[in-house]
Amino acid sequence: MELIHIKDVTKEYKNGVTAVYDLNLRIKKGDFAFIIGGSGSGKSTVIKMLYREEKPTRGEIVVGGLNVAKLRNGKVYKLRRKLGIVFQDYRLLPKSTVYENVAFALEVIGAKSDEIQRKTLKALEVVGLKGKLRNYPDQLSGGEQQRVAIARAIVNEPKLLLCDEPTGNLDPDMSMEIMKVLESINEDLGTTIIMATHDQNIVNKLKKRVIVLKDGRLVGDYEKGTYVHEDI
Amino acid sequence: MKIFRMLGRNIRDAFKSVFRNFSLSLASISCITITLIIVAISILATLNVNNFAKVMKEDVTMVVFLNTETTAEEEEQIEFQLKNMDNVESVEFRSKEDVKNEMAGTSETLRSIMEEWDEADNPLKDNYLIKVTDIEKIKDTANEIQKIEQVDAVNYGEGMIEQLITAYDAVQKVSLLVVIALIVVTIFLIINTIKLTIFSRKREISIMRLVGASNFTIKNPFVIEGMFLGILGSIIPILITTYGYLAFYNHFQGYLFSSPLIKLIKPEPFIYYVALLVLVIGIIVGMLGSYRAVKKYLKV
Repeated sequence: MELIHIKDVTKEYKNGVTAVYDLNLRIKKGDFAFIIGGSGSGKSTVIKMLYREEKPTRGEIVVGGLNVAKLRNGKVYKLRRKLGIVFQDYRLLPKSTVYENVAFALEVIGAKSDEIQRKTLKALEVVGLKGKLRNYPDQLSGGEQQRVAIARAIVNEPKLLLCDEPTGNLDPDMSMEIMKVLESINEDLGTTIIMATHDQNIVNKLKKRVIVLKDGRLVGDYEKGTYVHEDI
Repeated sequence: MKIFRMLGRNIRDAFKSVFRNFSLSLASISCITITLIIVAISILATLNVNNFAKVMKEDVTMVVFLNTETTAEEEEQIEFQLKNMDNVESVEFRSKEDVKNEMAGTSETLRSIMEEWDEADNPLKDNYLIKVTDIEKIKDTANEIQKIEQVDAVNYGEGMIEQLITAYDAVQKVSLLVVIALIVVTIFLIINTIKLTIFSRKREISIMRLVGASNFTIKNPFVIEGMFLGILGSIIPILITTYGYLAFYNHFQGYLFSSPLIKLIKPEPFIYYVALLVLVIGIIVGMLGSYRAVKKYLKV
């Protein structure tokens, strides 16, 4: 089944830069897809449009039945509850513990207390951080902080997980650790994952679908692809 | 119920946040405190000025003199007529005998002269003391009374009264304007202070947006926090107005410049109302400030 449908999407920023040209893309439920490309290729813009931080200038984006391009600002939360997002800079609350950071995602949508506890502990177990519930983010390594962010992203059991350069700040070992977590989320929980990256080791090792962007245009789309330099 | 669960969490978070961001909260609270003190003092002053005007207006009496040859029957009729006029609040009859006695009581010389008069010699006139409901229309009422037969003269300090009314009205309008302006300035000041404090929590708000909190859910704790800030910020202004006004009132024994016309408002229950008003302004301004400030960050 199709989870994401990007149809003839163009994105022009207000400063006149066109980040994405006429993009057409379909992503199936349960997919694990890399979006690769150099700086300025538009991969971050695509991710941002998927969670409606940016609106496409033209075209249509449907995520899980929701027409994201037409979503009003006050209704954005409806989309965000269906997906999880992970960033390069983790974006954790520095004054809250690991547990609180993850539980926060459920608290703000009004979940019941016992449900919050159960799901939070489960998510932290998935990322392997059950032993660090009471630590604060600055007491953790970069990889651990990113795992907290992943736990927060999946605690709501979303169908889709968007990752924007999740390993960008991490060394190769920690990056592989994160990829193992993401792979198990994809395989065990059936969560669709879209990950923007420029880390060729990861792409080559995982052998997943690879979508290649160059200067805002789609230049390649491979099943079980690898990071090919000629494309970029 | 989901809504109560959320509200409980919001109140808890708001409390936490006031203390977690204590230095910033303190900045907002001090700002609210200082501006509310000024607002409270100007409210006290305005209400008292209004009270002076009211006391003065109530004090204005119109005297209606009757011709000397008016018969008792006619007097009765005139009194009835006066009492039934629209703008007349009360009518008090004073016979020329009453006036004579009253005047005689004021000085020895007058008394010795007036003692000579008998009923027929008394040159004074029977008259009515009239209080009106609407002081603005006193001139029309006076003209109307003047037309009644046997009315000799109507006296109400024409000219001076009108001037006083205009003056007091101007003072009233100006002071009201000052209070409103002050409240508006206060709101602006507080909104800006709270904006500064919320700026440092931009990240928190953006994370809330990312994990799917609705705008309403994001605003709520901030608005409740603003309410706390408003309450905490109005404590000192309330103490100052209450005890300050009490001390002021007692010091002047209720009359400013020892003039019986410039009467201060009795502290009880007046100061409680003012204190309540200050509290309400504090709460509204705090909530509004937070609401406006957080709204700015809900667009990402």
